[in-house]
Amino acid sequence: MRTVSETEVWEALAEVPDPEIPVVSVVDLGLVHTVELDERRLRVELLPTFVGCPALELIRASVAERLAGMAPVVEVEMTFAVPWTSDRITAEGRGKLRESGFAPPGPAPAGDRPLFSTIALRPTAACPWCGSDDTTLENLFGPTLCRTLFWCNRCRQPFEQFKAV
Amino acid sequence: MTTGEPAATAPRAPEALGGSGGALSAPPVNRALRDLLLAMADDEFVIGFWDSEWTGIAPVLEEDVAFASLAQDEIGHAQALYRLLADLDGGDPDVIAFGRRPEEYRHARLLDHPRTDWAFSVARRFLYDTADAARLDALVASAYTPLAEVVAKMRREETYHLRHMLAWLERLATGGDQPRARLVAALERLWPDALCVLDGVEGDDLLVEAGILAEPLAATRRRWLAGLAPELARLGLPGPPPAAPAAGCRGPDRSDDFRWLWEQFTMVRRSDPEAVW
Repeated sequence: MRTVSETEVWEALAEVPDPEIPVVSVVDLGLVHTVELDERRLRVELLPTFVGCPALELIRASVAERLAGMAPVVEVEMTFAVPWTSDRITAEGRGKLRESGFAPPGPAPAGDRPLFSTIALRPTAACPWCGSDDTTLENLFGPTLCRTLFWCNRCRQPFEQFKAV
Repeated sequence: MTTGEPAATAPRAPEALGGSGGALSAPPVNRALRDLLLAMADDEFVIGFWDSEWTGIAPVLEEDVAFASLAQDEIGHAQALYRLLADLDGGDPDVIAFGRRPEEYRHARLLDHPRTDWAFSVARRFLYDTADAARLDALVASAYTPLAEVVAKMRREETYHLRHMLAWLERLATGGDQPRARLVAALERLWPDALCVLDGVEGDDLLVEAGILAEPLAATRRRWLAGLAPELARLGLPGPPPAAPAAGCRGPDRSDDFRWLWEQFTMVRRSDPEAVW
């Protein structure tokens, strides 16, 4: 078997789409926690976006399928070792989200902040279609766990924002 | 492992509880940790199922969407917490979640009430989410690393729950006579049982000593109530009764409403317990 490089592993990972928002890859979303590679073994750890996300096993299996054969042993696992936060979405990922009609998330509240102190925060978003800031929050929740619904008052279109978590 | 070691060096389950010496391997600490995990998991699990009762019949379509998401988050949190318990004992999270009799669940009495009307569900969710937030704050730096990791993730989701429920509390409190009257009546009815969410678990002082919990739950409850007081005062809504909740905060006596819910959420599993999904 030809030995692959870590760069090739990352290139392969960049080809695995998110099942719910397929315009972005698991690399764009910052889901890849670690890549460990030697002659015998390739081990990749992924971070779950949401604890109850039903797509987690699908993501894990898609990554395992794409990496199959890159080392004699390929392990792909989910870990809570560090909490995934939407701040991990890359600049490229944010651009892809915007192009497909998703507003990227604003900065996530600091993880060590007392939870109750976040109760009055309200997300804001610029319209991904026309760029206007004149938008209204319609619902903090949306069609999947990771999305919030907005309305653009200028171009009169609904749009979704990735939650800032 | 000794008290005060940084969380990052804490051994992971199940070794954490099987090691020699140290606070975590002492049986009373084990028991208190399991009780705490089970109480939290059951709280999240049961409120998630009550939330799901609104699917299709919420007052506006947006709330169908929101309560479905809330339910999915909470049941996801319950799943992660049942997984921690299963890792400690070598069990199966699904068996813990679905394989018990109603009187074996350890959720707080607040969650024994049915969904009732919208104001009642809003009032309960607001009280539960804010109490749960205070509890999660007390666990974010837990020396029991697997719990600290899950809690860190849960907190990032719970902030959306808190914001949503405050928005609804404000909407009903300032939305005219009928919504306000219903909200006030619901809060007055629910307050004594809401205090149950942060009723101490036996041995929570040992959890504090072991660095698993930042403070006894009685202190968490005081912190929760102090945080809520200005919001309730601003909206002119009733606060907690002066008396502590009556005994039996977490069972074993269960309401007929919870028994009905249990029949619903265990129905499929009971029809074929050996089925593989």
